[in-house]
Amino acid sequence: MVAVSTPITQWQAFIGYFIWVLIVAAIAKIPFTLLFKRALIEIPFIFFAILMPFFGTGERFQLGTFNLYREGLIAGAGIVVKGTLGVLTAIILSTSTTAREILRGLERLRLPALMVQIASFMLRYVNVVNDEMERMKVARESRGFEATGIKHWRVLATAAGALFIRSYERGERVHLSMLSRGYEGILPHDEIKKSSLRIWVLAILYPAIAALIFLTTSMIGNK
Amino acid sequence: MSMPSLEIKELAFAYPDGNQALFGVNLSIEKGERVALLGPNGAGKTTLVMHMNGIHPTAQGSVRIAGELVDAKNKDSLKQIRAKVGIVFQDPDDQLFMPTVGEDVAFGPYNMGKRGEELDAIVKDALDLVGMAEFKDRPPHHLSFGQRRRVAVATVLAMKPEILVLDEPSSNLDPASRRELADILRSLDITMVMVTHDLPYANELCERAVILKGGIIVADGSTHNILTNKALLEANRLELPVGFSIQ
Repeated sequence: MVAVSTPITQWQAFIGYFIWVLIVAAIAKIPFTLLFKRALIEIPFIFFAILMPFFGTGERFQLGTFNLYREGLIAGAGIVVKGTLGVLTAIILSTSTTAREILRGLERLRLPALMVQIASFMLRYVNVVNDEMERMKVARESRGFEATGIKHWRVLATAAGALFIRSYERGERVHLSMLSRGYEGILPHDEIKKSSLRIWVLAILYPAIAALIFLTTSMIGNK
Repeated sequence: MSMPSLEIKELAFAYPDGNQALFGVNLSIEKGERVALLGPNGAGKTTLVMHMNGIHPTAQGSVRIAGELVDAKNKDSLKQIRAKVGIVFQDPDDQLFMPTVGEDVAFGPYNMGKRGEELDAIVKDALDLVGMAEFKDRPPHHLSFGQRRRVAVATVLAMKPEILVLDEPSSNLDPASRRELADILRSLDITMVMVTHDLPYANELCERAVILKGGIIVADGSTHNILTNKALLEANRLELPVGFSIQ
């Protein structure tokens, strides 16, 4: 949030942010190659941002062989830089924290229990459904089917439908087995463990240092 | 004499589409007995099991667990009943829905109001009983099928049920897992109903067997007598594996 609200023209701040993100990643022992490989997911999103300087209105200027719009360039750069920061932060969170702990955290942050339950079931069954899908694919291919073009979509759609029905029925069976063990609408969780002060401090540190970078650079900028 | 763990009288049931599954079932199981519930596909075995803890409301007849009437309308008593009847479903993936093994085993006792250290102790005991204690913090999808089946048994044992109901416990298990599960089941001091097509397994574990066919109990006796009665087995689409014989 700190990064998003920093004006892009205050470019020194963003250098600081990037360095800080990399330091945090290093502390979390996330290999940089992994970090960047995962960050590739961002590419389709920033593609349009990269185009922005080429299409726009207002002041133009020459950069090498390109004739660019200044406003477009600034806005585009803003999206690319802020987006990358956001993605890197999300990657650090998802690599350093198990999905289960994130769910716990959301629960602590008062996300409605129902949503947490849905997310945790999704987490549990995504593998099961995926395996099922894989088996159906193998079964199709064993009988000589290979999806090559639009004429095969009908088969794939039927398979998707079958998968949906199967998952739905599994949902019913799961619910049945939950009822059999006395389910009444609440999932158990460990008795709330008080997060120690240390954890809170560590958690606050990340945005706090970012804010610090923001403040210092704005002061430098104002001088 | 103590009260029977399970007592079913004149139980009849028809599905909403008019398909009648049970036509007056009578069955009484004493405390500590291990009973195999045999029968061909579509005999009504699963329907019968669903009556034991009130998932299907009793339409006609009665089901009693340790003397207490199963009444789907009485929510409080239903809760008690579900704690007393532990059903292990056929597909462990249907039963293990929590993110980790430990949390899943805790699910039942938690719903019964257990908390804190008491809950931890129950979870540990249940996992010890099936030899899965070291897998407590693992997600279920990382376990083998046999291990998941054992955890499924633990989730139910954690509720300290009066009666354990197993739906096809040996299905899809490799021979070693099958034997390990048999050892575990034999070591439990608990009333047990085992729905199965695996006749040698029934013979190994249960002293008594009943055959359900067409919604009624057609045979009830010692597993040995039933499995050596060729005519009876044939009439009920039951077969011992080729080459297998019971002395």
